Amino acid sequence: METITDFINAFVLLLNFILVPGLAYGSQIALGALGITLVYGILRFANFAHGDTMAFGTMVTILVTWWLQSLGITFGLLPTALLALPAGIVATVLILLITDKLVYQHYRRVKTPAVTLLIVSMGVMFMMNGIVRFIIGPNDQRFLDGERFIIHARSFKAMTGLNEGLSIKVSQGITIFIAILLVVALFWFLQKTRTGKAMRAYSDNEDLALLSGVNPDRVVLITWIIVAILATVAGTLYGLDKSFKPFTYLQLLLPMFAAAIVGGVGNPIGAILGGFVIAFSELIVTYAYKKVFVYLLPVSLEPSNLMQLLSTDYKFAVSFFILVLVLLIKPTGILKGNVI
Amino acid sequence: MSFLIGENMTGGYGGADILKGCTVDVDEGEIAVIVGPNGAGKSTAMRAMLGMLELKSGSVRFRGKEITHLSTQARIAEGIAFVPQTNNVFVNMTVLENLEMGAFLRQDDFRETIEQVFELFPILAEKQNQLAGELSGGQRQQVAFGRALMSQPRVLMLDEPTAGVSPIVMDDLFERILEVRQSGVAILMVEQNARQALSIADKGFVLVIGENRHTDTGAALLADPEVKRSFLGG
Repeated sequence: METITDFINAFVLLLNFILVPGLAYGSQIALGALGITLVYGILRFANFAHGDTMAFGTMVTILVTWWLQSLGITFGLLPTALLALPAGIVATVLILLITDKLVYQHYRRVKTPAVTLLIVSMGVMFMMNGIVRFIIGPNDQRFLDGERFIIHARSFKAMTGLNEGLSIKVSQGITIFIAILLVVALFWFLQKTRTGKAMRAYSDNEDLALLSGVNPDRVVLITWIIVAILATVAGTLYGLDKSFKPFTYLQLLLPMFAAAIVGGVGNPIGAILGGFVIAFSELIVTYAYKKVFVYLLPVSLEPSNLMQLLSTDYKFAVSFFILVLVLLIKPTGILKGNVI
Repeated sequence: MSFLIGENMTGGYGGADILKGCTVDVDEGEIAVIVGPNGAGKSTAMRAMLGMLELKSGSVRFRGKEITHLSTQARIAEGIAFVPQTNNVFVNMTVLENLEMGAFLRQDDFRETIEQVFELFPILAEKQNQLAGELSGGQRQQVAFGRALMSQPRVLMLDEPTAGVSPIVMDDLFERILEVRQSGVAILMVEQNARQALSIADKGFVLVIGENRHTDTGAALLADPEVKRSFLGG
């Protein structure tokens, strides 16, 4: 009996520290990578401003959240930020469309090579980054309110009588729920609607899409709108789950790009797959397994160190390593995408 | 007056002129074929009529209307369809989706047209849910042809429709082109297989370095000893 309980305890540890956070973090990365992959597939450049677009959308959401809170409006058990999300999305749609008009449109007209557009997007990134820091400041902002936990570790322990608790945060629950909802909606749109098919056709073969009568300006417009929705939702969910700090969003570029490329850039299913590959790799490599081994191994074999492969400080090295590995072995990604 | 005519077309892609005052025209229910040696500007002439390059001089008229300065998109909307030589299908979309994209500008119910395309190319009905990128070269060519027909065009332009397909598929494609002509569509095509193309052509244009060298009916060109010697390999 003792060994079975030990085994279950070890299992709950892994659930609590790897599976649940991995699903939430993976969903956030996947949503971000989807935005990157859509821009790459349709507008044909690697958008380095995507992380800061997420920061911008999140910032607006936070400001509106604070305003709602100051009016005494909350969302009950759920975070108020969900009510503010539509405002954040609208603001992000606007700023992306303005950016496109002022910056990208010109480069599209003169048919600039993708590498130049990548550099252009870095310029946009710095501008966007500056705007966000100027308005909300470079510091950490917390904006999570409402109920904190769906399942609390303490009540889980009381319920099951186990030593280890399993906690599922509200922010993790809504992240996974909203991510599924958004991805289903996106795929329905791309597969079933006329506009969605036009976008896929444009991404597949631009010249032939034009010969079929697809209006490129409309495709670009819809793409930016979808990217704004994905970026704002991904950013807000990440901010609710962890916290909001502009610099963190810049750093998120690496795992998000890695996810998009690992899955096969330009391929939406690949971006989702890549998001989870990156998220779980980070958690699996940086988790300290000592307690798990204490449960599983006899006392005599008890590990003396933390049994951690890599310090969490180096978590970005994981994305980088996977990225390099994929580019060396299978540059088209797990599912066949374009070569960057 | 011709249904579609590109008259005295001069121009190229920047650099030197590829077209030097050539004229190509086609009428309804007629097959016109452009033949000539490599670099004669055959495809360029067709692309100029589609508005894919800027002409320095000359004009393009469709149903008597001047369309020289219309964009490619606008010409497509007017009822001209084009099948490029390469990259002429959406490889990541199914056969059915490829056909649907051909009808993108149509607001009416196009299921009947899909049935007609399936009748013309039965293999497409069989493979309708397969990705076009997974098909053989000949089948892709059929998808490309079918996609162009979906817009119910008045003029169908084909850039080397039989390039790289087997002789059997080639004969079959020519058969289909004849069937499409029956429905009153004007067909203009560029062909490498000059002899076979001229044999089904109502009108043939032999282009050499951007100029009209010979213009006559297909049969007359085939019989012309000079055309035979210079362009049909004796």
